[in-house]
Amino acid sequence: MNPPVPVAQVPAMSDAVFALTLALLLLAPLAIAGVALINTGLGRSRSAAQALLGNLAIVAVAAIVFTFIGASFAGTLGNSELVLHAAGKTWSVLGLGPFLLHGLGSAPPQAQLALLFEFLAVAMAAMLPWGSGADRWRLAGGCSVAAIMAGIVFPLAAHWIWGGGWLAHLGANFSLGAGFLDAGGAGAVHALGGLSALAVVWIAGPRRGKFPKEGLSTAMPGHSAVYVIFGCLVALVGWLAWNTAGAILWLHSPLSALPGTAINTLLSASAALATTFSVTRFRFGKPDASLCANGWLAGLVASSACAAIVTPAASLFIGGVAGLFTPLLVELFELALSVDDPSGAVTVHGAAGLWGLLAVGFFAPQEGQLLAQLIGIAAILGLALPLVYFLFLVLNRFVPFRVDPDGERIGMDLHELGGGAYPEFVIHRDESYR
Amino acid sequence: MKYAGLLVMPAGFFLALAALVLFTDPARRGAFIVCGLAVVGMGLVVAVKGHMPARGATRP
Repeated sequence: MNPPVPVAQVPAMSDAVFALTLALLLLAPLAIAGVALINTGLGRSRSAAQALLGNLAIVAVAAIVFTFIGASFAGTLGNSELVLHAAGKTWSVLGLGPFLLHGLGSAPPQAQLALLFEFLAVAMAAMLPWGSGADRWRLAGGCSVAAIMAGIVFPLAAHWIWGGGWLAHLGANFSLGAGFLDAGGAGAVHALGGLSALAVVWIAGPRRGKFPKEGLSTAMPGHSAVYVIFGCLVALVGWLAWNTAGAILWLHSPLSALPGTAINTLLSASAALATTFSVTRFRFGKPDASLCANGWLAGLVASSACAAIVTPAASLFIGGVAGLFTPLLVELFELALSVDDPSGAVTVHGAAGLWGLLAVGFFAPQEGQLLAQLIGIAAILGLALPLVYFLFLVLNRFVPFRVDPDGERIGMDLHELGGGAYPEFVIHRDESYR
Repeated sequence: MKYAGLLVMPAGFFLALAALVLFTDPARRGAFIVCGLAVVGMGLVVAVKGHMPARGATRP
C-alpha cells in the first residue's frame, strides 16, 4: 500500500477527486443506518421504536450541536488554534474555528469535505452509547449525551487526530512515523463511542432482572436477528465508502490505492465473521447469529484504522483477531464483569477500535509508528474515558439517564412514545420481572 | 474505588506523554510509553472492579 503522506505535504485536490470523495461521503451514512438497525434488532421488541427514533434524534442533536460549538473546536475551517509551547515544541490542543460554520462556502474544497466527514463521524460516535443503554435509557438522556459528545469530546479528538493537532504532528515533532494515523475513525469515532458506551452502562446500571441475586445473568436476546444481519450488510456499503473517503482525506491516498482500501475493509470484516462463526460454533455447538453480527462489525471497525495502510494479508489477520476476541470479550463483560451492554458496543466499537489503531503500529512501514499509535491509544483510553465518565456523571444529576421501573416494565415504546413499534403483536409477560 | 481507577488513568496518559519529552532514545521512550499504558490499564481494571455489583447485593 502507499505510505501515508506527512501533514506538511498535503497535495491540492483535483475536481475529479473532489467529486469522488463527495460521492463516497454521501454513501457513508449507510454505515450509520446499519449500526442503527443492528442496535435496534439487538434490543427488545417493546423498545424498538424508541431505539430507532433515539438514533435519529441523536444524529440530529449531534449535527446541530456540532454546528454551534463542536466544529469551532475541531478547527477544520480556519487556521486559528490554541497552541501550547512545551519542550521546544508546539502542541495544538484545540481548534478555534469560525462560529456557526461561517465562511464554509469560501473554504478550500478539501476543508469542506473534511467537515462533512466530521459531521458523519460525530453522528456515529454520539450514536454508539445509545445501543448500550437500550431498554432503560431515556430519550432525553441519550440526546443530552449526544450534545456533550458533539460539543466537547469528539471535537477535541477530531482536532488532535485530523485537524492538525498534537497527535497528528507526532511524526513531525518527535519523528514518530507519520504521526498518529486513524483514517477511518477507529479512534475518534469507534473507540471514543465504545468507551462512552461503557461510561453510560456504568452510570445507568443494568436492565432490571439482568443480573439476579443468585446464579448466572439472565439471557435477554435481541428481538430481530433479521434487523441485525441486514444491518450488517447495510453497514458494509457505508464502511467501504467511509474508509475510502477517509483514505483520500486524511492519508491523501492516490486513486490507484482506493480499490485496495475497499478490498481490505471487506477482507477484515470477512475474516472477523469467519473467526466469530468458528468460535461460537466451537463453544456453543451452533453459530450464534448476534455474536456473528458483532464479529462482522468488529472487523469493519478494526479496518477503519488500517484498511488504507496495510496489505490484504494483514487485513485478514487484523479482522481475524477482532473476530476472535469479540465473542470472548462480550461473554467476559456480561458474565464476569456484570456489564449489561445489549448492543456489545463496548467490545465491538471500543475494543476493536483500539485493536485497529494498534494494528496500524504493527503493520505500517514507517519507523516509530507503533509508538505514535500507543500515544494515541493512551490519550483515548486514559483521557477520554475518565472525561466522558465524569461529564456523564454530572449530566445524570440534571437529566437522569434511567427510566423509572414501571417504564422499564411496560417497555420504552409505550412509556416514552405512547405506542409500540409492532402494535398488532402480543407483548409477552416478561419472566425476568417475577 | 471506581473513581480512584478513573483518576489513575489520566496519570498513565501523562506518563506516556512525558516519555516524548524526556527521552530521545527510541528504546527508552518506548519502554516509558508502555509503562504509561500499563498504568492506564491498571486504572481501567480498578474502575471495572469498582463498578461490579457485589455478589448477593440488591440489584435493579
